[in-house]
Amino acid sequence: MKAGDLGELALRNLREAVLRNSLTTLGVAVGVASLVAMLSLGVGMQELATKRLSNSGLFDTVMVTQRRAFEGMRRATVNPVPEKAARELDEDARKELERLPNVVEVYPQIRFPTEVRYNGTPFSTIVAGVPASAQQTGAYDGIQGNFFSSQNADEAILQIQLAKDLSPQPATLIGKDLVVRYAEREALPPQNPASEAGGKTVAEDTGAGGFSIVPREKKLRIVGIVETEPAAGFGGFGSGRLLIPLDVASTLRAAQVNDLRDAVRAGNGKQNYASLTVRAKSPTQVEGIETAIKAMGFGTFSLLDASRNLQLFFTIFDLLLAIFGSLALAVATLGIINTLVMAILERRREIGILKALGAADRDVKQLFFVEAGVMGLLGGIFGVVFGWLIGRALTWGTNIYLNRQNLPSAHVFSVPWWLVLGAIVFAVAVSLAAGLYPASRAARLNPVEALRYE
Amino acid sequence: MTTGNGVAVRAERVSRQYEMGSTVIRAVDDVTLEVRSAEFVALLGSSGSGKSTLLNLMAGLDRPTGGAIFANGKNLSEMSSLELARYRSLTVGMVFQSFNLLPRMTLEENVELPLRLAEVDRSERGKRAQEALERVHLEKRLGHRPSEMSGGEQQRAALARALVNRPTLLFADEPTGNLDSATGESIMLLLKEVQQKLGMTIVMVTHERPLAERFADRIVALADGKLVSDGVKS
Repeated sequence: MKAGDLGELALRNLREAVLRNSLTTLGVAVGVASLVAMLSLGVGMQELATKRLSNSGLFDTVMVTQRRAFEGMRRATVNPVPEKAARELDEDARKELERLPNVVEVYPQIRFPTEVRYNGTPFSTIVAGVPASAQQTGAYDGIQGNFFSSQNADEAILQIQLAKDLSPQPATLIGKDLVVRYAEREALPPQNPASEAGGKTVAEDTGAGGFSIVPREKKLRIVGIVETEPAAGFGGFGSGRLLIPLDVASTLRAAQVNDLRDAVRAGNGKQNYASLTVRAKSPTQVEGIETAIKAMGFGTFSLLDASRNLQLFFTIFDLLLAIFGSLALAVATLGIINTLVMAILERRREIGILKALGAADRDVKQLFFVEAGVMGLLGGIFGVVFGWLIGRALTWGTNIYLNRQNLPSAHVFSVPWWLVLGAIVFAVAVSLAAGLYPASRAARLNPVEALRYE
Repeated sequence: MTTGNGVAVRAERVSRQYEMGSTVIRAVDDVTLEVRSAEFVALLGSSGSGKSTLLNLMAGLDRPTGGAIFANGKNLSEMSSLELARYRSLTVGMVFQSFNLLPRMTLEENVELPLRLAEVDRSERGKRAQEALERVHLEKRLGHRPSEMSGGEQQRAALARALVNRPTLLFADEPTGNLDSATGESIMLLLKEVQQKLGMTIVMVTHERPLAERFADRIVALADGKLVSDGVKS
């Protein structure tokens, strides 16, 4: 029989027992909805975790240091990359790193301890410089207020905990000014021996110029508040709680931890960075970039392995959710078998007539297959819609709970297109499998016996 | 279409046995029969004589347990299930005692059903169904369902369905069994008309000797599965 005729007859048959077939289809829909809801929850959680971690800058960045800085932290590798002699991490090195393939940007980690004064009260905290590109990564999507108006603006974004320390009503801080006190590093000409001058503490490098530490103040306007420091990476010595534009942070020339180290060892007279952050186009590019940087003679650190473990965890998590979600679909499968077996009993005589009129066993089998497939298709489509609605309800409920806990809203549920298509295809495949036995049984019916059936 | 020498269908020492536990029932027992092309043969016998079983075997609805049946020069026993289905679809038309129309289909859809199974183009179907229904004078009842028709009309519709694929063999199993005598006679007249106008071979099962004697060219009598008489009526 032609496909069009098969479909037409199958639909006509389904309409004949509309209540029973609708209930069976509803069973499939519930099964698919359960599967879609479970998997969407898994996917949503994975996306949420990935987004949060991605925003933290942990997975698409490589931290580059002078090799000796990370001697104790080097990971064991099966095939170690042949390494060049240790190099200085200076401006030349930065430019060289920027030229590597798949590198989006290279910027120094600028973090320094400071004292913040707000309404005359001092608070100790850590300042971190934020590159302009951080805004494009979506890292600041949940910001209260605004991102920096420019990289030269004297503006600050507060981490919520610091904001709460400054004011019991953090939102009122936006638009207010605060004062940052920090230690500026001021270069000195080479001199010998070490001396004191004008109340300035002087350190001296025998090979290069030393620097003095000068206390400075800087007034900044609060423009935004974030939950945690996004794109914090893993450099520095703790999360920044006061975020300022990276260019502003550079111009402050604030003393950092490595300044003391550089002061006591011989150098080439150029400014060295404590560390540079290399941002890759995507987390998958990190491994290649890390290898290239090591070959250049620098120490590197990334959370590639942690990223892989996270993927493994979510793959297992999704698998378990899919298994639980499939249980309802398995029950629905039994419903399809039951419905079709009942249909064979009811339509026994009709099958006999079809065979007497020239229907081959194959035609009868295909007719039942199409009926099972249509129930699966409709069940799959309705199931995806139900599953999506369940997800919306879950997200809504979760966000009410999160908001009551003073936590930001989150998308815990995601229905990607592959899940929509996959669920429908799966529902049809399962329904066809369920129709296998009834279809074969119908096809095997002896026409003479079937025609005798009343 | 014949199996040679003008023979449309030939049964050679055909048997059909059923096993019911340890009992063997010989529904058809060593029957040899030849039906010539364009002949109207009546299989006559009482209930359980094996006439319907023999008809089903010749129509390709069942397979013999012994002997062979030839139609179109081919042994039906050796045909695959698919070949047998094609034989039923293209060579054979069947009419049953209880009409066997599908109740949820209209008259037109019922008549078109064999055309769907034979994969005839949709554009051709309407014309062929109309033609078959005109032959049985039901061309104005296209949209009616079987439940809206009398027994005689339903049997005429069943005859139209049997003819729509233009078969060469028509098998009728007690076609007047569920009809009153007047309506039964009108169906028999239609069958005779079909035989004469289309040159079809008709094998009809009946237990009504007067009908058989009036309309059939030849009467074959069966009893207990055996052929007891075969003769052209006087």
